Amino acid sequence: MEYLTIIFSETYKILFLLVPVLVSVAMIVWLDRRIWAFVQKRQGPNVVGPFGLLQSLADALKYMFKEVIIPSSSNKVIFILAPIVTMTLALISWAVIPFSATHVLADINVGILYLFAVSSLGVYGIIMGGWASNSKYPFLGAIRSAAQMVSYEVSIGVIIINVLLCVGSLNLNDIVMAQENLWFVIPLFPMFIIFFISALAETNRPPFDLPEAEAELVAGYQTEYSGMMYAMFWLGEYANILLMCAMGSVLFLGGWLSPIDLFPFNVIPGAVWLILKILLLFILFALVKAIVPRYRYDQLMRLGWKIFLPLSLSWVVLTASYLFYFNLLPTN
Amino acid sequence: MLAHAIFFYIFSLIAIVSAIMVTVSKNTVHSVFFLILDFISISCLFIMIGAEFLGMIMLIIYVGAVAVLFLFVVMMLNVAQQKNQWFSARESSKHIPVGLIISTIIFFELIIVIGGWKYKPDLVSSMSLNIDSGISNTHAIGYVVYTDYIHIFQLSGMILLVAMIGAIVLTFRKRSGVKRQSYFSQISRERTDGVELIDVPSNQGVKSDD
Repeated sequence: MEYLTIIFSETYKILFLLVPVLVSVAMIVWLDRRIWAFVQKRQGPNVVGPFGLLQSLADALKYMFKEVIIPSSSNKVIFILAPIVTMTLALISWAVIPFSATHVLADINVGILYLFAVSSLGVYGIIMGGWASNSKYPFLGAIRSAAQMVSYEVSIGVIIINVLLCVGSLNLNDIVMAQENLWFVIPLFPMFIIFFISALAETNRPPFDLPEAEAELVAGYQTEYSGMMYAMFWLGEYANILLMCAMGSVLFLGGWLSPIDLFPFNVIPGAVWLILKILLLFILFALVKAIVPRYRYDQLMRLGWKIFLPLSLSWVVLTASYLFYFNLLPTN
Repeated sequence: MLAHAIFFYIFSLIAIVSAIMVTVSKNTVHSVFFLILDFISISCLFIMIGAEFLGMIMLIIYVGAVAVLFLFVVMMLNVAQQKNQWFSARESSKHIPVGLIISTIIFFELIIVIGGWKYKPDLVSSMSLNIDSGISNTHAIGYVVYTDYIHIFQLSGMILLVAMIGAIVLTFRKRSGVKRQSYFSQISRERTDGVELIDVPSNQGVKSDD
């Protein structure tokens, strides 16, 4: 009986988190397309519902009723597993994101490591999809994506070390609380920029969308997918983008903290601030997509290994030396 | 405690079955996927005994980086076909003694470890360090690795570095005829380098050499 109560209450909490995440993923797709259109002086989706808000819903409905085609020469188990892996990994990482001091599904000791681990597993959905399709374009896309994601994870990891040096804890709520007086975006501004660009590469967003560069690879690893399985890849991708935005706002923009600790601002619940910060970062993501042309693959690798990695590593040395010299290293 | 036991058995069962499948499955890519499943369930076991730092590091390093490169190599080489040919060839019998020797050594090592644990129950506690249980295990590992064992820690780092350099030296070859893009020379190019203004003499034209 006791177990049943636990299971029910946990399921309730999980649904309370996941349903808003999925709905906001649908909304964010609409926002992405609208911003893209706005920059290019087009209309964008504006027909279905007010301002075209229900466009994503209509798209989802369309995907649901389309036939799922599984190529006969594909490796069927892995082919079906790939979108499921992508989707699941994109959703389970939301468990540790803190929406306020108390509103967090799993307040674990190693929250930031968990986030990093799950985002580094994200590459498997893509490799599995690309390999199991048993076709040239998906395979090339998967190989590109694997190399790209592994390269940029390294610099994201080093940037996380920078933040951890200032915090002294791996818990996400501790990271947020350490920014009570000063958001880390100010002292670690270059790291914030590098994190933002690496997040673009990590989520295969333009200008780093080489894995699905339509001019060269049709649709990259998604070429053979159709119907709901394609939609799951697509949902997982956008959920990952939202997650990267959430990670950026927790690490650098003070998470659920209000910008100023004054009366009208500090009564607004922390979740609202977190959502606003995620939206701000996402709008930047969408603007970059509309403005910047695609990188060439060797330029992408050069940027990751020859520029970002040495820069972020030397910034670790700088941060550590500064904290050590002025005796500011966190002790707990 | 019951739920704990159930989860322990689920994860260990998955770990053992997938470890067996790594060696048994015919397709090499499937073997790598089973290896990944094995890593994941072992890191779940680490988390269950309270070593959450080790579990997460296991996920990040082995699953997130090492296994990706494994998969990469296996997919690129297309070993799946070669393996079948290799099994059918007569020469495969040459490798059996080597494999047998290695597996016997591992088997005896396992017997020694399990035997020591069985007949001397305080073996683990006599060998392990006293760790303050008030701090999280991330702190505990940091205190041990960066103080008492700093030289061993640095040494293991050096070994990894040497292995990395060795791999680069083995595979490095200088290719000729590769066009390299030099960003510096591109950016530092001036108008005077690229364009030349010539007064053309009438009825003679200009002879261009380059």
